[in-house]
Amino acid sequence: MIGLENWALAGPEIFLVVVAMGLLMFGAFRGERSVEAISWISALALMICVALVVKGNSGTGYNGLFVVNPFNAAMKVLALIGSAVAIVMSRGFMSREGVWRFEYPIVILLATVGMMVMLSAADLMTLYVGLELQSLALYIIAAFQRDNLRSTEAGLKYFVLGAVASCLILYGASLVYGFAGTTSHAGLARVLAEGPPSAGAVIGLVFILSGLAFKVSAVPFHMWTPDVYEGAPTPVTALFAVAPKIAALGLLVAVVMGPFRPLLDQSRQILIAVAVASMAWGAFAAIRQDNIKRLMAYSSIGNMGYVLLGLAAGTEEGIRSVVVYMTIYLVMNLGTFACILAMRRDGIMAETIQDLSGLSRNHPRMALAMLFFMFSMAGIPPLAGFFGKLNVFIAAIDAGLYWPSALGVAASVVAAFYYLRIVKVMYLDPPVRPFDAPMEGVLSGVTFVAAVFVFPFFLVFQSPFLATAQAAAHALFMR
Amino acid sequence: MIIQTLAFYLFAAITVASAFMVVAARNPVHSVLYLILAFFNSAALFLLMGAEFIAMILVIVYVGAVAVLFLFVVMMLDINVAELRQGFLKYLPIGAAVGLVLFAELILAFGAWTMAPGAQAAMRARTPAPGRVDNTEALGRVLYTDYFFLFQVAGLVLLLAMIGAIVLTLRARPGVRRQSVPDQIARRRDEAVSVVKVPLGGGI
Repeated sequence: MIGLENWALAGPEIFLVVVAMGLLMFGAFRGERSVEAISWISALALMICVALVVKGNSGTGYNGLFVVNPFNAAMKVLALIGSAVAIVMSRGFMSREGVWRFEYPIVILLATVGMMVMLSAADLMTLYVGLELQSLALYIIAAFQRDNLRSTEAGLKYFVLGAVASCLILYGASLVYGFAGTTSHAGLARVLAEGPPSAGAVIGLVFILSGLAFKVSAVPFHMWTPDVYEGAPTPVTALFAVAPKIAALGLLVAVVMGPFRPLLDQSRQILIAVAVASMAWGAFAAIRQDNIKRLMAYSSIGNMGYVLLGLAAGTEEGIRSVVVYMTIYLVMNLGTFACILAMRRDGIMAETIQDLSGLSRNHPRMALAMLFFMFSMAGIPPLAGFFGKLNVFIAAIDAGLYWPSALGVAASVVAAFYYLRIVKVMYLDPPVRPFDAPMEGVLSGVTFVAAVFVFPFFLVFQSPFLATAQAAAHALFMR
Repeated sequence: MIIQTLAFYLFAAITVASAFMVVAARNPVHSVLYLILAFFNSAALFLLMGAEFIAMILVIVYVGAVAVLFLFVVMMLDINVAELRQGFLKYLPIGAAVGLVLFAELILAFGAWTMAPGAQAAMRARTPAPGRVDNTEALGRVLYTDYFFLFQVAGLVLLLAMIGAIVLTLRARPGVRRQSVPDQIARRRDEAVSVVKVPLGGGI
């Protein structure tokens, strides 16, 4: 039974696609009334998919196009959780803005399928179709608030620049194919290991890495990030900050450590340059920002820098630090965006940092949660974010990357300034008018869980995370 | 052989010339027509290479669908071309400079081009022996067997594009008269027709 193995291997993806199509039919016949049911079913399906991924077996299928291993399974779980929480958090905002339509959760479901396909890529072609499926869905939801000028502008900008990045990846892949005569990851790893690195393959690698750096919004391919984050509807921004980043980063790791492992020295130079630039720019450019969504955009650029530093180490320890960092990043961002979604006065979103003035007196619990997230992002012990950064720096130093690590530490000190500025505004500035109360149940739930995870849950229970990350990283180093 | 060579240069020259005219033509409708000419000649070039399937696809998809779509867009939208062209001369030097640098770099890269030792064999491994099957059949064989997964995901991309187009453009307008089949069926005679006795010589 050849077919059945393939079915089982891609079971989670097939399940999600079937659910998405079923919901599409349901929504098309029931109309807009069905959106509530569809959003909950979508979130439930994503959580069921988490279980399927966790229980699934490793292996290669579809004639060497598709691979499942503990590493991409771990990244898939993170992306699925990110998407599910983003759908659940969207309800209040989207219905107030009048764009709570049944296609929204379905497009996110299909985006998630794209993420899973690209994470499972065992061939440059699978990588590309998965990436396109994900990107296309993201362009749509960035412009979802179609009567809002900024939202449509965000969608258009993202679309045009994303198309350029896709072209870079395609061109790089064609050069690599021209050199190696194959697009399969296993075949590439074999061919590239045979001789000294050829110009064609290296140029192709540079193009592919540039395209992927765009997708993770690393400097110098970050230009779109602040505008898209600011323009897109806030729950969509919350999704952008987590799930696609995790998927693209997992893909980047899989590409650098898989087919292009023989060219690790070449890719390491690129990764270090991109990582250092992202850490520095993420820290310095954020200082001037006043809009909290733009601030989060720069924060995510900086965070990507740290993760790429872990990847640049190129060791099992480095990959482990990437997985741990992304887990913590996911939780911190979801929590912060839940708070941002609750920043609303008379039904209108408040988006500047001054709107947080005196939050500690008006909304002490929300302020405390924000305090945890900001301290964690700044990397202050004993919060979770500190351990993420610690692991990355240890891995980088063990791999001999002293200068990049030193610059990274310096950048994180600068970045601490703007995170702590938010805390100062919340706790020391005179209070302004309070936000609409009460906070939506879903948002306060997400905030609470995320805050507890950041402190003290991760501090106490970090060993299972580290062990899972270790197993995930180990999978990439098995031969 | 000589006829083939002559045909190649003829088609190639027309392709390049019409591609240039796409950019240079003043009237956008003419640009699209030149584009169609370029597509046709590229299709002929593919035919000369023995890739008849790609040639036909080029004609059907690009000429039949894409170029006609462009033509519709150009004619429907009132684009002021003169306005679009205003910066053309100003940006020409820098554009040409960037193009030249890129071209030089590509020549440098491809001048040192080497293929991996096993690359030729790896490329041939996926394709059936030529002469045995025509290339439509050869493409079909790999597309629906080896690359079945990619074929399905590509289908998903198209489905998503359709959803996106509908979500971003479809609007429910008030005051549109739609056909409502249940209403039509539920209608009874006395709602629609009334019998009036008209007196002789009088009106209603």
